[in-house]
Amino acid sequence: MSLLHVSHLVKQYTRGKGLFRRGTTVTAVDDVSFSIDESETFGLVGESGSGKTTTGRCILRLVEPTSGAVSFNGENVLALNARDLRARRRDMQIVFQDPYSSLNPRMKARHIVEEPLIIHRLGDARARRERVAELFARVGLDPAHLERYPHQFSGGQRQRIGLARALALNPRFLVLDEPVSALDVSVQAQVVNLLMDLQRDLKLTYLFVAHDLRLVEHICDRVAVMHLGKIVEMGRTAALFERPQHPYTRALLSAIPVADPDAPRARVVFDPASADRSNALREVEQGHWAAI
Amino acid sequence: MNSAMYRIGATIVGVTVLAAVVGPWLTPFDPSSQWLSLRLAAPSTSHLFGMDELGRDILARVLAGARISFLVGLTVVGVSAALGTALGAIAGYFGGWIDDTISRVIDVLLAFPGLLLAIALVAVLGPSLGNVLFALTVIGWVSYARLVRGQVLRAREFEYVQAAKALGAGTPRVLWQHVIPTAIPAIVVQATLGMAGAIIGEASLSFLGLGVQPPTPSWGTMLNGGRAHILDAPHLTIFPGLAIALLVLGFNFLGDGLRDRLDPKHRGLR
Repeated sequence: MSLLHVSHLVKQYTRGKGLFRRGTTVTAVDDVSFSIDESETFGLVGESGSGKTTTGRCILRLVEPTSGAVSFNGENVLALNARDLRARRRDMQIVFQDPYSSLNPRMKARHIVEEPLIIHRLGDARARRERVAELFARVGLDPAHLERYPHQFSGGQRQRIGLARALALNPRFLVLDEPVSALDVSVQAQVVNLLMDLQRDLKLTYLFVAHDLRLVEHICDRVAVMHLGKIVEMGRTAALFERPQHPYTRALLSAIPVADPDAPRARVVFDPASADRSNALREVEQGHWAAI
Repeated sequence: MNSAMYRIGATIVGVTVLAAVVGPWLTPFDPSSQWLSLRLAAPSTSHLFGMDELGRDILARVLAGARISFLVGLTVVGVSAALGTALGAIAGYFGGWIDDTISRVIDVLLAFPGLLLAIALVAVLGPSLGNVLFALTVIGWVSYARLVRGQVLRAREFEYVQAAKALGAGTPRVLWQHVIPTAIPAIVVQATLGMAGAIIGEASLSFLGLGVQPPTPSWGTMLNGGRAHILDAPHLTIFPGLAIALLVLGFNFLGDGLRDRLDPKHRGLR
């Protein structure tokens, strides 16, 4: 049973439009469709500018899509009015890439984590206090540090605060927008493990936006590869990593660093001429789709 | 250097505020009482700043004028900053036609030389302190609006602002809690410099007879009254002139100093 269904999502930006100029249109997300099942981790990978972050933000309507449909738990998210959307946001949250800019530097950690509870009028002051301390402990932070400001925490700790904030409303679905790519490798592993523990304990569904393919291989059930706004390949992680069909996927996979300097490397360079961008996704094997 | 300027500015402003507050107790003379036999009397030990063309104590009038200057400064800056911040934040946050409308109004107001517009407004509305406050506010809010709009355009894209939206925060909360606080240091600097501008504006309008009406003492009207006697009794213009120059300098120093203090790029350079 799919929890989230995205179909034919399009986001275009118009630049340089003036009173007497029509401006140029850039299509950041170009006819993207996919579904995510309950308790699944769905990876969205691609290089910078491929539209993966914009896709995640369109689903949460942080960016208004140009066209397409997003249904969450059977409800059309794009048709919600502002008030219903705010109420629905309790179920869908986001964790941002940059642990430095995603927390308001003028607010104490306690108030950052408490804010969603205040917005949705959940509990009185005492109940909120207890809930904040509980969330802090849940993400592996010391509740004694609640009165600190963001700059007094390390990058990994700050990302945990962002996670506690996202979890405060007991969401069912989280967009993880490159949640660990700004952290150093040892901290990455801790945060990834935390994410996987939380998913198991709280039955969360993840949309994991990333460019680190090793990470995606490690934690995602299914993966979609985006290139210039389109999904070029999508399938179960193991199948896609073992039998990549699209030339862009092959190039991407060949760029994964190998921890052995003597290992033979066959770096595949993507030649845009080798793939027709107008190709639609077709099923190459059960549950494995490629635009070839 | 900047730190010294900041201290000098703060001292000048602080002393003037104190003088305006305790003024009536500093001098035994009433700013409106006349001693006609002492008309144009030069400074002396009993009247430190001398007497004006109507035989009034100039020190008492300069102190009383400081109250008017602060009244005008604080009112104009307070109202302009609140109005400008609100409109600038709305323009920057919503964009689109709302931004276009507010920005064009700002452009139009900026195209006029500020004081000329104030003179025209007061000339139409009639000279009074209330109209001076109104006119100076009409030209004053623009600089705050432009400043805040720019800050908000930047802050709108901050991830913590996006995060607040994702949490379901309404627009007032996003603006008030997350966006406007980022602009406050800049607003404080602008407001400090704005105090200097408002004080000069009031003095200029009063000098032209469009502002505070006699017998209420204002530094601008005092300058105007002393104009006819600038050669035979220069103390009539020197003291109010010095008061204006010093206080404006003080606010400018303070504003520049605050800008350096509040600008993270300047931190740690001292």
